[in-house]
Amino acid sequence: MSRLSSTDAPAAPAVDELRQGVLARMQASLGDALAGSHLIPGDDLWMRVRADAWVAAGEFVRDQLGCDYFCFLSAIDWMPSPYGKGEDDPTEPPPERSTETVPGYAGGDTRMQVFARVYSTKQRFGLTLKADVADDAPHIASWTPVYAGANWHEREAWEMFGITFDGHPNLTHIYLPGDFEGHPLRKDFPLLARMVKPWPGIVDVEPMPGGEETGEAE
Amino acid sequence: MTTVSDRRQLAYIAAQASDARINVELETEGMTLNIGPQHPATHGTLRIITRLDGEMVVWAEPSCGYMHRGYEKLTEVRSFPQVTTLINRIDWLGSFANEVPFILAAEKLMGVEAPARAQYIRTVLFELSRIANVSLFLGDMGVQLGAITPVFYAFRDREHVLNQIEAVTGGRFHPNFDRIGGLKDDLPKGWIDETKATMDKMRSFCDEMEDLLVGNEIFIKRTRGVGVIPRDVALSFGLSGANLRASGVDWDLRRDQKLPMAWDKAEWKVWTHPDGDCFARYWVRLQEVRESTRIIDQLLDSLPAGPIMAKVPRIIKVPEGEAWVSTENPLGEMGYYVISKGDTGPFRVKIRSASFNNISVASWVLKGTFVPDVITILASLYFILGDIDR
Repeated sequence: MSRLSSTDAPAAPAVDELRQGVLARMQASLGDALAGSHLIPGDDLWMRVRADAWVAAGEFVRDQLGCDYFCFLSAIDWMPSPYGKGEDDPTEPPPERSTETVPGYAGGDTRMQVFARVYSTKQRFGLTLKADVADDAPHIASWTPVYAGANWHEREAWEMFGITFDGHPNLTHIYLPGDFEGHPLRKDFPLLARMVKPWPGIVDVEPMPGGEETGEAE
Repeated sequence: MTTVSDRRQLAYIAAQASDARINVELETEGMTLNIGPQHPATHGTLRIITRLDGEMVVWAEPSCGYMHRGYEKLTEVRSFPQVTTLINRIDWLGSFANEVPFILAAEKLMGVEAPARAQYIRTVLFELSRIANVSLFLGDMGVQLGAITPVFYAFRDREHVLNQIEAVTGGRFHPNFDRIGGLKDDLPKGWIDETKATMDKMRSFCDEMEDLLVGNEIFIKRTRGVGVIPRDVALSFGLSGANLRASGVDWDLRRDQKLPMAWDKAEWKVWTHPDGDCFARYWVRLQEVRESTRIIDQLLDSLPAGPIMAKVPRIIKVPEGEAWVSTENPLGEMGYYVISKGDTGPFRVKIRSASFNNISVASWVLKGTFVPDVITILASLYFILGDIDR
């Protein structure tokens, strides 16, 4: 986790005043609630906030940082899939796989994270906000009062990851049938097509005859 | 939403009455009307559930998912080069444009940059997809309003563009041509001159559309002031592309972010319109096609020589990290949030497609409109079903 957090960010010499200023203002406003950050100068900014400050962070970036444009909201399940890529031989017992959760940029303590991206159309920058959600009965406050566009994205995240968005006006299925059971984008939800028939595309990623695995393309 | 017009307030009151199934004012019964999933006025299988009070829509909700293919899940079991085959089919009218942001995200994580010639050709093909996509809209909008002729012109002239795309990539709809590090192939012989001739045709197509529709009194009456989306609403719903620019927001990712593409090598203009109505959305898209033809002409004139592929390993393994890349696609902002764990395939890909946000505003904007305007508004928001359902 510390490997990817801000404490030892990649050694980029460039100084990004805009994004560093954004980060400093966020820090001043949220204090402890800003749990982690990751900045790639001249490129992008990630900030992780505590779940209880999710709406406050959204309002802050909208009103104070001028991020008026809502891009998307979704979730990440950081647990590696116990089924791998669904390329196991069905006649053999499945191989041992680590299901240890390894978080990404800006760190994380839980298996699932909600993340959202917003832009400032005036200052022309974007940033990604993340928040940890509890492992059992994951829930977080809804962003629909902050950005109206979050409505559908939260419905999608709810059915795909099983994360409840408190205060959402209409948390119903958007893609899946109403009686669908399970949360398909969770890593422990198997891709059934791969379970019933071995994937023929596996041959594409095997080493080419005569070629070395790290060989350069000609 | 703070913007509440009188008509909207009326619609709100009517919605309350319609809940009781009886309109107190006119003593008519409320009615629920399904538009779609199979309906001539819907593209693909979008279903809109509307509650009507007479001719007025008091409540509307799009119902999606009839074509959900689970691409986000499928990317997790594929290798990086295999993913482009899937994402070709998101917005199937501008397929090449779908591939570009994903490939750019993978390249960003790998620290690879395509050679200059590949960047130029990518940009040219990207703009060709935009013309192929948006020119269909320019004709199709007429059909939705009862003008049959424009769509035939659109299909006729779009064919020239598709031929040019096919000549390079081998595919009319699903080119699958972009590779990590560059492109599959170089341009064929004589292609540049043919494309320039095609661009002349597309410019005269735009003039034709302008004569046929933009100056047409019926078209103006049906679109002006219909389906107005104010600036703050458009931003808050995350509308993008021409829908956002038609609401007066000067925001175009081709110009407003740094990407290893060639848009900054050409002179062109980002058009906006202050009105935010159906007419504005049509007009902005019309200008966009014209600008695209200009971009293509200029880039083909200054096309640099050189390789079209950077040095990349034969087996592509993308280093651990997260990257977000989005581009200004024909329908709006299309982006991929790619998380890699150092494997041959992505750990998670969040696909941000333009139509999903663009159509989520429908339940807001359709409230208080009349049934024939529903079709106009949906047509002017311009969605591709595969881009909503993914």
